[in-house]
Amino acid sequence: MSLLRIRNLSVDFATASGQFRAVDAVDQDVDTGEILAIVGESGSGKSVSMLAMMGLLPWTATVTADEMTFDGHNLLTMSSAERRKIVGNDLAMIFQEPMSSLNPCFTVGWQIKEALRIHLGLGRAERQTRAVELFEQVGIPDPAKRLSAFPHQLSGGMNQRVMIAMAIACKPKLLIADEPTTALDVTIQAQILDLLASLREETGMGLVLITHDMGVVAETAERVSVQYAGQKIEEQAVEPLFKTPYHPYTSALLDALPERATERLLPTIPGVVPGQFDRPAGCLFSPRCKFADATCKSTAPKPCSAELGHARCHYPLNTDQRIAS
Amino acid sequence: MTQPVIEANALQRHYNVNGGLFQPPQTLKAVAGLDFKLSPGKTLAVVGESGCGKSTLARMVAMIEEPTAGELTIDGKRVLPEHWADLRQSVQIVFQDPYGSLNPRHRIGAILQEPLVINKPDLSREEREAKAREMLKLVGLRPEHFDRYPHMFSGGQRQRIAVARALMLDPKVLVLDEPVSALDLSIQSAILNLLTELQDRLQLAYLFISHDLSVVRHVADDVIVMYLGRAVERGSKEALFAAPKHPYTKALLSATPRANPAAEKDRIKLTGELPSPLSIPDGCPFAPRCWKVQDRCRAEQPTLSHDPHSAACFFPMD
Repeated sequence: MSLLRIRNLSVDFATASGQFRAVDAVDQDVDTGEILAIVGESGSGKSVSMLAMMGLLPWTATVTADEMTFDGHNLLTMSSAERRKIVGNDLAMIFQEPMSSLNPCFTVGWQIKEALRIHLGLGRAERQTRAVELFEQVGIPDPAKRLSAFPHQLSGGMNQRVMIAMAIACKPKLLIADEPTTALDVTIQAQILDLLASLREETGMGLVLITHDMGVVAETAERVSVQYAGQKIEEQAVEPLFKTPYHPYTSALLDALPERATERLLPTIPGVVPGQFDRPAGCLFSPRCKFADATCKSTAPKPCSAELGHARCHYPLNTDQRIAS
Repeated sequence: MTQPVIEANALQRHYNVNGGLFQPPQTLKAVAGLDFKLSPGKTLAVVGESGCGKSTLARMVAMIEEPTAGELTIDGKRVLPEHWADLRQSVQIVFQDPYGSLNPRHRIGAILQEPLVINKPDLSREEREAKAREMLKLVGLRPEHFDRYPHMFSGGQRQRIAVARALMLDPKVLVLDEPVSALDLSIQSAILNLLTELQDRLQLAYLFISHDLSVVRHVADDVIVMYLGRAVERGSKEALFAAPKHPYTKALLSATPRANPAAEKDRIKLTGELPSPLSIPDGCPFAPRCWKVQDRCRAEQPTLSHDPHSAACFFPMD
């Protein structure tokens, strides 16, 4: 039984110009202790599906799913009061912008102790010890002194560590990191990724890493789910995904990496991600796909079998069938 | 050898920062003495983390900021504020954020013609418009885009418009301040290709500012690595990526994630954070975070030599 199980999740936003489907029939499983990466370009719905699971979307969003369970709790039927007991406790999230996710009016110590007070009901002295312990765990030097610092007095990397310390304060079973290193420099990014991986080792929590950076995925993740225009189009373990991608989009995305370039001009993907008004009838990637034919343009493909990485494609790449034809 | 189009000698930019109520004003050394040469048709990449002064350098070369000391020569002419208006025609800049750098109230045609209206007032309206339409074609946009507004374009198309605007005055140098870091991967490659093609066709010199080493590795001819306002290493792309000499360059290269899960991870862990640019340590600025640090590094400041590939380090890597 997986820790998080999502089946057929869709999220629609009511906008001034009509319904917009941000997440479209996504299935996702996360097991205890594994690192799953969700990759996609902006607008692919990678953050929205996780926010929907945590119940953090605004009222304009309609969330529908066949199944959405976390650790035995049914997230679909749960009241928001019950959900709040889980969110921040067993289920925690780190956001992209550490500077704007922390409250500038309170010290970071106050903010981390709030979580400890509400979820664990610790006393004042216990909270202080635990907060110092957490700061040590995430590698903040001089933790007792830093507890009384305000977010603006700390650097971006330190603030991100504070965010991580807050997220792991209640020993979550699942940690969702939404672009945790995008706003940080590479040397700090390396430190934060190592920290997340080592916390996973120590606590055995599941980790969902939402990112657009293929390099981060290759170095950190174990399993990768690729999203495009709200759909999950492929899912594989990290090594085969980089070696033999099945979906043409994954393949094109990997080819577009400058570090894989062999010539002066890079391979490109023509066109743009479809928006609200130009969603194609068949496969969502068909207008940009160099393999697309009439079938692709008229019928939406169903996900393939697990051996083919659940690729949402009529003609998955790197298969014997394709080579034969 | 061709004459370099830009030459900088000990280029420096300091800012005065007012202290608090009880603190004296301080000096922030954003760029502290930088030398480089840039030849036509070549790309010089400047890499470094946030706060290393790379954007300040871009602004000085684009004549938005005046250097506090040092000498900048563009096209053989010494850059002084009184010559800015003339020289700006030969140096143009493309900014990072294509959403913030285009006026939302102007049509694309007007955005493209504005540099001509200001700098070449004797051109007729027809000539201006013809030039703008031609430029639109050159950067891969369609003629009907001429009358549209910026909000109707995607990020990649906007960056094309920003490049087109920069090229309207036929500059010799394009300063590219993180031109692709706000774009998605699939769009990024198209813009990088556009820049490569334009360079081949127009013999442009690029000053390419970036923090993304995989992009720099693809586009650059020469690379300068900056740390806290100083160049710590300079060299050709091949030499620098193959055998980095400065420990910071080495650490930066090892920290850049590679999109190959099978690759061996051999990451150098830098401890600590970037020191505040207001209190740069004496001696080598990288000394507090360096794993090879010795007493000499804390006392004396290493400098770059005149070799084509050199590092400002007393104990360079082998």
